[in-house]
Amino acid sequence: MKQKGPTLLSKDGTKSVLAALLSILIGLLVGGVIIVITGLATPTLGISGVWDGIRLVLLGIFSTGRDAAGALTFGFNSTNLGNMLFRATPLILTGLSVAVAYKTGLFNIGAPGQYLMGTAASLMLALGIPTETVPAALVWVIAFLGGILAGTLWGCIPGLVKAFLNINEVLACIMTNWIAANLVTWMFDGSNFRNLVENTKSGYIYKTTYNGVATAKLGLDKIFPGSQVNGGIIIAIVIAILMYILMSKTTLGYQLKACGANRHAARYAGIADKRNIVLSMAIAGGLSGAGAALYYLSGNTEFFWSTYQTLPATGFNGIPVALLASSHPIGVIFTGCFMSMLDIVGLQLTNLTAYNEYITDVIIATIVYLSAFSLVIKMLISGHGKRKNAAAPAAPAEKKAAAPEEKSASAGEGPQSAKGGNEA
Amino acid sequence: MTFLIQQTLIYAIPLMIVALAGVFAERSGIINLALEGIMIFGAFVGVLFVNIVQQMGTFDAAKADGNWVALQGFMLLAMLAAAVMGAVFSLLLSFASVNLKADQTIGGTALNLLAPALVLFLIRIIANQNTLQMYTGDAASWFMIKKSFFGYGRSDEMGFLGSTFVDKTYLATYVCILLFVILSIILYKTRFGLRLRSCGENPQAADSLGINVYRMRYAGTTISGALAGMGGFVYALTTANCASTGDVAGFGFLALAVMIFGNWKPLNIAGSALIFGLFKCIAASYSSIDINGDGIFLLKEIGISPHFYRMLPYLITLVVLAFTSKKSRAPKAEGIPYDKGQR
Repeated sequence: MKQKGPTLLSKDGTKSVLAALLSILIGLLVGGVIIVITGLATPTLGISGVWDGIRLVLLGIFSTGRDAAGALTFGFNSTNLGNMLFRATPLILTGLSVAVAYKTGLFNIGAPGQYLMGTAASLMLALGIPTETVPAALVWVIAFLGGILAGTLWGCIPGLVKAFLNINEVLACIMTNWIAANLVTWMFDGSNFRNLVENTKSGYIYKTTYNGVATAKLGLDKIFPGSQVNGGIIIAIVIAILMYILMSKTTLGYQLKACGANRHAARYAGIADKRNIVLSMAIAGGLSGAGAALYYLSGNTEFFWSTYQTLPATGFNGIPVALLASSHPIGVIFTGCFMSMLDIVGLQLTNLTAYNEYITDVIIATIVYLSAFSLVIKMLISGHGKRKNAAAPAAPAEKKAAAPEEKSASAGEGPQSAKGGNEA
Repeated sequence: MTFLIQQTLIYAIPLMIVALAGVFAERSGIINLALEGIMIFGAFVGVLFVNIVQQMGTFDAAKADGNWVALQGFMLLAMLAAAVMGAVFSLLLSFASVNLKADQTIGGTALNLLAPALVLFLIRIIANQNTLQMYTGDAASWFMIKKSFFGYGRSDEMGFLGSTFVDKTYLATYVCILLFVILSIILYKTRFGLRLRSCGENPQAADSLGINVYRMRYAGTTISGALAGMGGFVYALTTANCASTGDVAGFGFLALAVMIFGNWKPLNIAGSALIFGLFKCIAASYSSIDINGDGIFLLKEIGISPHFYRMLPYLITLVVLAFTSKKSRAPKAEGIPYDKGQR
C-alpha cells in the first residue's frame, strides 16, 4: 500500500477537492431552494426577499449592510473577514480533532464534550490565577495548556473504553458529551466565576479580560479593524501544519493510521493497537480543548455556563469541517474558514432580512449528509475519467477482508470504506 | 408517590418508544443514530399540526362543550401526523444507508444536524421567535385526562389507582404502551419480525432464502422513524407543554443508551426505560418529591446536587456498558451496508 502512495494520493486529492466542491454546491442549492420556497410562502418576504436572501447566502461575507434606499450593498468588509477568521479558530481545531480520529478509524463525535471541558478548565485557570502576582502572559499559557490537558483527559475516556472494553466509541463519546455538559454546569453553578458584576449577566462567566488575560492580537486587528480577530488563528494554523507533519511524516502517525486501516493487521505487524487507539483519542481531545481555550481566552467571548441541556455547536461542526476536508489537516484550515464564513452569512441573514441564521445550519447538515456517501460522489467524478478494470474488484476485496473484524466496532466501518474508495 | 409514578412515566414512555424505534432499525441492520433528529422533527410536526388545526378552529366547538373524546381524537391525529412525517424524514437515512451504502454513523449525524436547523429555521419564520407553541390554551387544558371526565367532582377521590393512572395523565402515554406491546409481539412472533431480525444478523443468509434485505431494512428504518417521530411529539406534549424548540434535550441519545442498556430486547428496554425515567424525574423535581408522604423531602435533605442526578443516567450507561460489553448482544450485521456480492 505504501509504495503506491504518492501517485494515488495526488489523484485522490483532486478527487476529494472536487467532491468537496460538489458537496458545497449541492448544499448551497438545497439552502437556496428552501429560501425560495419559504420566501414565496411567506407574505412578508416575497420575490425581493428571496433575491436578497440568495445574494446574502452566496456573498454574505462581503455584505456591507443596506444603503439609504434599502438595497443590499456589497464590498470589502474588514469586520466580517476578521470575525470569520476569529470564528474559524475553534472550528479548525475541532475539525482537526475529528479528522485525526477519523484517520485512525475512530469517529470522534465527542468533540463537544472535550470542547466543554477545555472551556471550563481554561476559563477557571485564566480567571482563578491572580494576575497581580503572575504575569498575564504566563497565565494565558497556563490556561491554554490547561484547556488542552482537560480535553485530552476527556478524550482518553472513550479511547480507553474502546481499546480495552471494545465499546463503540460513538456511544461512549455521546455519553461523555452529556456527562461533560452536566459536569461543567455543576462546576460553575454557585461559583465565583459567574459574572455577578454586570446586571443580567450572571448566566455567563466573566470575560477573561476581567483578569487581564487575553490572546495577543499580533497586529491582525490593524489588518481587519473592527473585528475580534486575534493571534489564535495563527496558532490554529500552526497546529494544523504540525498535525499534518505528525500524521504523514512520522512513525507515530503511520502507526496511528495503520491502526485505523485495520486494527488486527496493525497488531500483527507489531504495533501496539490499544495504546494507539487511546493516543489518537487523546490527541483528538487535546485539539478540541485547544480550540475551546483559544476561543474563550480571546478576551471578548462569554461562556453561557448553564449548558446542561445543549452541547456546543462548535464541537459538532468539527464533523462537517473534517468530512469536507476528507480529514486532511491542511484542508481543514480552508473548510474551517468556509464553515465560519457560513456562520457570518447566517448573522447577515438574521440582521438584514426576515430569514435567520439557521438556514446555514441546514446547508452544513446537507454537506454532512452528502459526505456520508462521498464514496459514491467520488465514483461519479472518476466515472467521467477512464476506468481501470483492475481497480474495480480491488475495492470490494479489501472491504470484505475488513468487514468481519470490524463488526463489533460498527462505526469503524467509515474509514474502511473510505480506504476502499482510494483504490477504485 | 402518585406524583413520582406519574412523573416517571412521563419521562419513561418517550424513552421506551424511541428506544423501540432504535431496536427496529438496528435489528434490521441499520444504526439509527438519527433518533434525536427524528424526535425533534416529529415534535415540530406534531406541534405545528396542533397549531394549524387550532387556527382553523375545527375543534373549538368540542373544546367549548368539553367534548373530551373529540379532543383526544385530535391529539391522536397529531401523533399520527408526527409519526408519518418522522417516517418520511427517516427515508433520508434509509436511502443513504441502503441504496447508497453510505456510512450510517455520518448519515445519522447529518440528520441530527439537519433536524434542529430546519426546525428552528421554520419556527423562526412561522412564529418569529425560537419556540412554536399551541395557538391557544395549553396542553393540560386541551389534552390531559381529568377525573371530571368520569363524573368525579373536584373534591372526590378516585382511589390510588385512579388518581395515579387516570387523573392528570395523557392518553398518549397509554397509546405508546399499547404500541410498544404490539410491536414487540410483531418483532418476535410474526414472520415479518423474524425476517427483519434475520437481516440484522446475517443478511446474506436471509437473502439466500429469498428475503429482500433492502426492503426489510427500509421497513425497519421506516418503522423506526415513525416511532421516533411520534415519541418526539409525545415528549413535547407531556414534558414541554406541547411546544417545539428544536431541541429534545438529548432524549434521542438517551433512548439509544436505553436500547443498549436493554440489550436490544423489548422487555429489558421497558425496564431500563423506567429506571432512566426515574432518574430524569428525580433530576427534574428532586426537591419536591415526597416518597412516603410524611412531608419531608428526603432527596432534598440529603443535599446531593441536582446536577449529579442529571448526569447519572449517562454515567450509569457508560459504567454498565463497560461491565456488560462482553455479553452485549448487538445485532451482528448492524452498521454494515448490505452488498449482494459479498459473502
